[in-house]
Amino acid sequence: MNTVHTDAQITEVDAAPTEAGATATQAGATRLARPDTPTDPGTTVSYVYALSRAGTALDTRAPQLTGLDNGPLRTVTCGELSALVSSVPADAYSEEGMRARLEDLSELAAVARTHHAVIEAAYATTTVLPMRLATVYLDDARVRSMLHERRADFGELLTWLQGHVELGVKVYADPREAAATPPAAAPPAPTPAPAPGSASAPVRSGRAYLQQRRAQRRRHRDAYRAAGAVAGAVPDRVSALARARAAHRPQQGDLASGPGENISNEAYLVPAERTGQFHQALTGLADDVPGVHVEITGPWAPYSFATPPTAGAGT
Amino acid sequence: MSDSLAGRMGPSSGMSPYGGQGSSANLADILERVLDKGVVIAGDIQINLLDIELLTVKLRLLVASVDKAKEMGIDWWEHDPSLSSRAQPRQKVADAPAPAAGSDRLAEENSRLRAELAELRAAVGLPKSSLSDGTPQPQQEEER
Repeated sequence: MNTVHTDAQITEVDAAPTEAGATATQAGATRLARPDTPTDPGTTVSYVYALSRAGTALDTRAPQLTGLDNGPLRTVTCGELSALVSSVPADAYSEEGMRARLEDLSELAAVARTHHAVIEAAYATTTVLPMRLATVYLDDARVRSMLHERRADFGELLTWLQGHVELGVKVYADPREAAATPPAAAPPAPTPAPAPGSASAPVRSGRAYLQQRRAQRRRHRDAYRAAGAVAGAVPDRVSALARARAAHRPQQGDLASGPGENISNEAYLVPAERTGQFHQALTGLADDVPGVHVEITGPWAPYSFATPPTAGAGT
Repeated sequence: MSDSLAGRMGPSSGMSPYGGQGSSANLADILERVLDKGVVIAGDIQINLLDIELLTVKLRLLVASVDKAKEMGIDWWEHDPSLSSRAQPRQKVADAPAPAAGSDRLAEENSRLRAELAELRAAVGLPKSSLSDGTPQPQQEEER
């Protein structure tokens, strides 16, 4: 949205480094705001996508993959852990640069999809811990020291997640569909007598209108209730198959594009070989419930379970 | 950028035993994962401030009607420590009432409601004991 604004800021930084140092809110930006030309190809930082065990097939796979800003990927290893990294331009990934990019939806979408695509390709090779978007280090040495510092946590998590995938389950309520389905509810009483003359539909009696509104509200309520019941049944059906469960917020903003309104949004950590069983367990869950849809997404890399087990483990 | 990447990665993720979300996955699903999930550690580029921006964006995109969800009784995130602690900065940017409620706030609200209830009971002459559930009664009602 304000990309232009930020370009201007960067120019300012280059023109007056001292001033920039004073206005920069953090040490990282101060170090990055060098008086070089912003296009200096040497000025890069290390963007981390994911972590894995060292010495996996990812080492050979990484150079075949491309990350953000078309940078080739590499693994950075320290002890038993590796980080999947690519070099990105320092100015574009400073705090200001990132903010500008991420506030623009198309930029954000591009960055998020690339980040995700890299993680997915890596996950096809070995178990990985996905990093949150925009985890950036000054250089590979800093990445190694991060791996070293947190080796115990990460090792434990990788062991826990080994061989598992994340599956998403979303339940939607669609009252309009419920209304359109014949057996759902008795159709609202037909308009008593079509008004004489031209206007038939608009000129209904106030009473008929109110009846209609009431029926509409009832259908809404019923659809949400039914969806709530379906959502409540999901954990029962899959708990034996899943190792952990995490609840996300229902998607209700501009991007929520599912059938109707999302009323529950969960993620389950499931052994990869049980993915089929998981789908089977939820088959038919909402088939005879008009206006309720169940959507299963994934398999995903274990995004929702990549925080220490205490945070996400529900089952 | 993402197009060329998707082109290069499409075949590989197709071969994946983990199946393929690929670039076809729903953007909302991707965003909620890459922005709010995954390993969260501080990089060298401080993203603490950026964090707030991310949440702003996220809020706008994904949870525009938090209050609607609450109306429907979907409020589990208020009880989820990982969500509520990170929800703190949201309060600044959200119009929605109190997605930031941590357990402290819930406890506070709880006791405030108890107090109000006791007050109302006192007003209509109901005994306080009917409220008892093992929790000590708020004392400020005594004088009324």
